[in-house]
Amino acid sequence: MNSIVELKNVSKSYGPVLSLKPINLKIGGNEIVGLIGDNGAGKSTLIKLITGLESPTLGEIFIKGKRIDLNQYSVKISQQLGIETVYQKLSLCEKQPLWRNFFAGRPITNAFGLINVKKQRKITAEIMKSTIGFRSEGINVDTQVSFLSGGERQGVAIGRAMYFESDLIILDEPTVALAISEVEKVLRFVNNIKNKGKSCIFIEHNIHHVHEISDRIIVLDRGELVLNCQKQSIEINDLIQLLKELHFRKKNKTNLHKGI
Amino acid sequence: MKKILNIDGVTVGIVFLALILVFMLTAPRVFLNFRIYMSFFATVPPPLIIALGITLVAVAGEMDLSFPSTVALSSYIFAYLFENFQLSWLAFVIAILAGATVGFVNGLVITMLGIPSLIATLALLFLWGGFVTIISGGIQLAIPTIYETPIHNFLVGRFEQFFPVQILWAILISIVIWLLLNRHKFGENLLFIGDNSEVAKMMGINVILEKIKLFTLSGILSSVGGVFLTLETTSYFSSQGMGYLLTVIAAVFIGGTSIFGGSGRVIGTVFAVFIVTVIEAGLVASGIQGFWTRFFIGLVFILAVSINTLLENPGKVPLVRFFRAKGFFQTL
Repeated sequence: MNSIVELKNVSKSYGPVLSLKPINLKIGGNEIVGLIGDNGAGKSTLIKLITGLESPTLGEIFIKGKRIDLNQYSVKISQQLGIETVYQKLSLCEKQPLWRNFFAGRPITNAFGLINVKKQRKITAEIMKSTIGFRSEGINVDTQVSFLSGGERQGVAIGRAMYFESDLIILDEPTVALAISEVEKVLRFVNNIKNKGKSCIFIEHNIHHVHEISDRIIVLDRGELVLNCQKQSIEINDLIQLLKELHFRKKNKTNLHKGI
Repeated sequence: MKKILNIDGVTVGIVFLALILVFMLTAPRVFLNFRIYMSFFATVPPPLIIALGITLVAVAGEMDLSFPSTVALSSYIFAYLFENFQLSWLAFVIAILAGATVGFVNGLVITMLGIPSLIATLALLFLWGGFVTIISGGIQLAIPTIYETPIHNFLVGRFEQFFPVQILWAILISIVIWLLLNRHKFGENLLFIGDNSEVAKMMGINVILEKIKLFTLSGILSSVGGVFLTLETTSYFSSQGMGYLLTVIAAVFIGGTSIFGGSGRVIGTVFAVFIVTVIEAGLVASGIQGFWTRFFIGLVFILAVSINTLLENPGKVPLVRFFRAKGFFQTL
């Protein structure tokens, strides 16, 4: 399977602090990768490196097989290469209607910079029906985001990422602080990503959600990759056991199951 | 009902018409005569053109208090170049370039030094105001001969001897600003920035660049307002713009532009500038002493901003939350 992102011996230090130890990782086409780890495990660092928000201290990054010039790499370039990140709180603007939010930062304009409102509304309506699968009554393209539930907001952000032909969508804790019914919606949206042939990195605290939806599971602990395996090869109880061990691991390292 | 009231200009338009009706009853001799309206059309354009720029600034969640000095600077440059070099159109262009430069520098100060715009532009109000007084030597200029020039007829002449053409220019500029805010990429960027500048950044909007453009545009519009004012009054004096400071800002928020940023009402601003002007004339014509004007503008200001906040988000009004907790206003 062709990989979308490949990290070779990538590490990151902030001053004297090594926040990500040398890591080798591949994200393949059309797979959902669940990324688990405690606070400070290096999850956000890993994501920042992949999306170009920060550059690694050492190592190489390949996107779709091409080596990236890390001096030039940026969020804009990673977007152009098909990587979109959906941040839990930093994706949508509350007071703006959906048809604006959907095209935030990249509206459809003519030569004078005037926005083609009609076209944007039409595309937004289509995607709400097909890709996102919005069913709730009373939501249309003119609805302000502030009237949407937490799950619906994630849906809009995910739908937008899919519309812009992203090959890899990174979801940053999309189910935090959501009601159970809302979580189900989000998991359905993530399934849609898979069905449309795209890939997804799914950052989560809730192990059950990750296990339910991921093809592959990665666990980071204190800047180290401690688990990288297909979902089938690990039972959820073993996963929970592993995470508990990591949690109680003090300074002296115990034997861990590394990369199965 | 709430939907209709939320359309740009509807609420404030109703208030405007109601005010006119009231003044027709209290001061029929003045308000039933068309001349008062011609007088409004002559005096409203300068503050209106300035207020359009401030509306965009407020949409981005920023403030620009420096415009009275920009008005003075452009007025002075225009009057000086006309009096000493008989320049008219070129003087107009140079005055606007000066306004653009002032706005650009304001934008740099705000974005590069990171001073909140409310404070930065207050400082710049002093700075540019002092600058004008220094270069002008504190003098006033009267340019009565501008009456005979084509630029005067073209920009502030009287069509058929009675209709002030500057209102047409002001309306044209209002339409352009409406399009800019509601249909242009730049306006949309301002909406996103005012709504949540962190999200705007994440979505790839260059927040710093857009803000510099915004303050430059505000400077341009202020200087256009300044030149219109000088043409209409055929004079320059250094405190010329100061009278607009409070009324223009009041008008922007009376018009329905959000005090929190992220949404703006251009048509609302147009009506609100009229309201502020009409209150002044109407109270005096109704036999109420002139110093009541400020009191009434203050009253309308508070009422309008409260109503706009109520329409936008009732949950943001503590008094509503208090009554809701007691079981009232549940449907609001």
